[in-house]
Amino acid sequence: MNDATPVSSSKSKIDYLEIEESAQFLELQSRHRRFVFPLTAFFLVWYFGFVLMAAYAPSVMAIPVFGLINLGLVLGLAQVATTFIITMWYVSFANRRLDPLSLAMRTKLEAMERAGTTASEQSEIDRRAGLAKS
Amino acid sequence: MSAPLIQMAVDATTENNPVLNISIFLAFVAVTMIVVIRAGRNNKSAADYYTGGRSFTGTQNGFAIAGDYLSAASFLGIVGAIAVNGYDGFLYSIGFLVAWLVALLLVAELMRNTGKFTMADVLSFRLKQGPVRVAAATTTLAVCFFYLLAQMAGAGGLVSLLLGINDKLGQSIVVSVVGILMIVYVLVGGMKGTTWVQIIKAFLLIIGAFGMTIWVLVLNGFNLSTVLASAVENSTHEPAAAILAPGLAYGANPLDFISLAIALVLGTAGLPHVLMRFYTVPTAKEARKSVVWAIWLIGGFYVFTLVLGFGAAALVGGETILAAPGGVNSAAPLLSLALGGPILLGFISAIAFATILAVVAGITITAATSFAHDIYASVIKKGKATPDAEVKVARRTVIVIGILAIAGGIGVQGQNIAFLVALAFAVAASANLPTILYSLFWKNFSTRGAVWSMYGGLASAVLLIIFSPVFSSEPTSMFGEGVDFAIFPLKNPGIISIPLGFFLGWLGTVTSSRREDPHLAAEMAVRSLTGHGAEKAVEH
Repeated sequence: MNDATPVSSSKSKIDYLEIEESAQFLELQSRHRRFVFPLTAFFLVWYFGFVLMAAYAPSVMAIPVFGLINLGLVLGLAQVATTFIITMWYVSFANRRLDPLSLAMRTKLEAMERAGTTASEQSEIDRRAGLAKS
Repeated sequence: MSAPLIQMAVDATTENNPVLNISIFLAFVAVTMIVVIRAGRNNKSAADYYTGGRSFTGTQNGFAIAGDYLSAASFLGIVGAIAVNGYDGFLYSIGFLVAWLVALLLVAELMRNTGKFTMADVLSFRLKQGPVRVAAATTTLAVCFFYLLAQMAGAGGLVSLLLGINDKLGQSIVVSVVGILMIVYVLVGGMKGTTWVQIIKAFLLIIGAFGMTIWVLVLNGFNLSTVLASAVENSTHEPAAAILAPGLAYGANPLDFISLAIALVLGTAGLPHVLMRFYTVPTAKEARKSVVWAIWLIGGFYVFTLVLGFGAAALVGGETILAAPGGVNSAAPLLSLALGGPILLGFISAIAFATILAVVAGITITAATSFAHDIYASVIKKGKATPDAEVKVARRTVIVIGILAIAGGIGVQGQNIAFLVALAFAVAASANLPTILYSLFWKNFSTRGAVWSMYGGLASAVLLIIFSPVFSSEPTSMFGEGVDFAIFPLKNPGIISIPLGFFLGWLGTVTSSRREDPHLAAEMAVRSLTGHGAEKAVEH
């Protein structure tokens, strides 16, 4: 069973300020935010546009599209559809673009915690290891 | 709809087959009780009790989220609202669904990565522990209280509808039975048992709604337009086709509807019992998967309710529904009776009860966890409580909350308390969501900002409700129309209280002189995105 518990521990050996400014973390953060912020803005605008139309333009919503199914029903079902589409889009984005990066960082952080080294020392070790190999 | 059939429907709900209904419900209780007892055997640590040992898969947790979220209000209430008010009932359910995108994109995974048991864990991670925890626990308990009271009152109302028990004593007994069953589930099963009850209930509810939807569509040649046509034919609104367009419920006060829509879409991701479900899975990836499952299940369910609502309008008729005991809430049960007779009615009634039971259990364990973990262990004992003592306090809190819920549920019988669910969403959106988002995305966010936003959001939402037509000035108000202190014209406070919550968070932060620990802020940022420290070590 996994009972790993995140507790705020400033005692941690890892210098998180350094990690937070590392290129790898900044890349992960900006990938995440560049994806979720615009998408959030989009679905909120689309949802509130729909709500405003329902509230102030009910006669437009009553325009028949096919049979008795009117614009309001079509737009409502379109809200459901976009919710599903955004969900699948985000999952595929997160699997491809976020997870590999966050896994790499987590592996590195765990190694650092075990070794009790700081990020700059770790990169120095990495660099030397790389040099030694070449 | 012919008159004899209407009479039959009314007879059937007043004197429907309570023995059958109760037997099916008892079968549900027996099955879930066995599951809960088995689940409860393995509850050893605090993490077991609060989070089911984080052992659920994303799929299981997705069902449990749906089970937690789809309350009796969303099943009976939305089907009834569509049957009686047409399109406007559907508007309501869209807000409930779209809201999940806020949870999926902005909140679920980051919360999973930084928290342990409660919302306050995340909010106090990098701020001053004491005041932020107390504020977060206060808003958590407030939301839980409003939601719980609404559910318990709903249980009383359902009884008259489904079991034909109309006297106050009988209803009080049933409310007590629901409360006692809930206490037993939560005490014995902890989070693991509660989760299984929710999974089973979500499964039954969605299967039931799906089956009825197909049935309605079969009767209408799989053509939604035909369903709508007979709904219009049966409609007593003037003009009859008005049920297909917005306006019947909210047309008189569009601003009130917008205020409600804001609270619905922003409230979900701040509901404590929803947030707590993100801790029952082992990784952020499973948390993501849970939300995806939840979105599919909840979205599918709301599409079913659209068909069921118009189907009830077509097959039963709005007038019959309003005349039946239980009023609007009787639409789904009457439709099931019209489709499948007493057996289907019994099944749907049992599902409605199971729904209430599962939702109150989820809220109760959330409130108890918050009290034991945030107030008792972190503030009263200053973090020195042993996990055993903490769980003991949580268990006692469950009993206290259960008794309060029973007393509250009996006390509010006959009151018009439909506003409580909307209020719970408004408080979640005004008091919880701003601080959650600021904590996760704004580096400079401060303790003062968090405390101002949480108390300000909570107080403004509650005060605005008290000074609204919900409490006075209208015939349907709690104090009737004779009393008038309604200085706020809207019944939904969200349009004011939610921006205020965000504004106070910002204002408190920019005026704060206290410098928060930058190391903790950096640690939280790194952990929230990488899951470091919150997940099992990567296999090497």
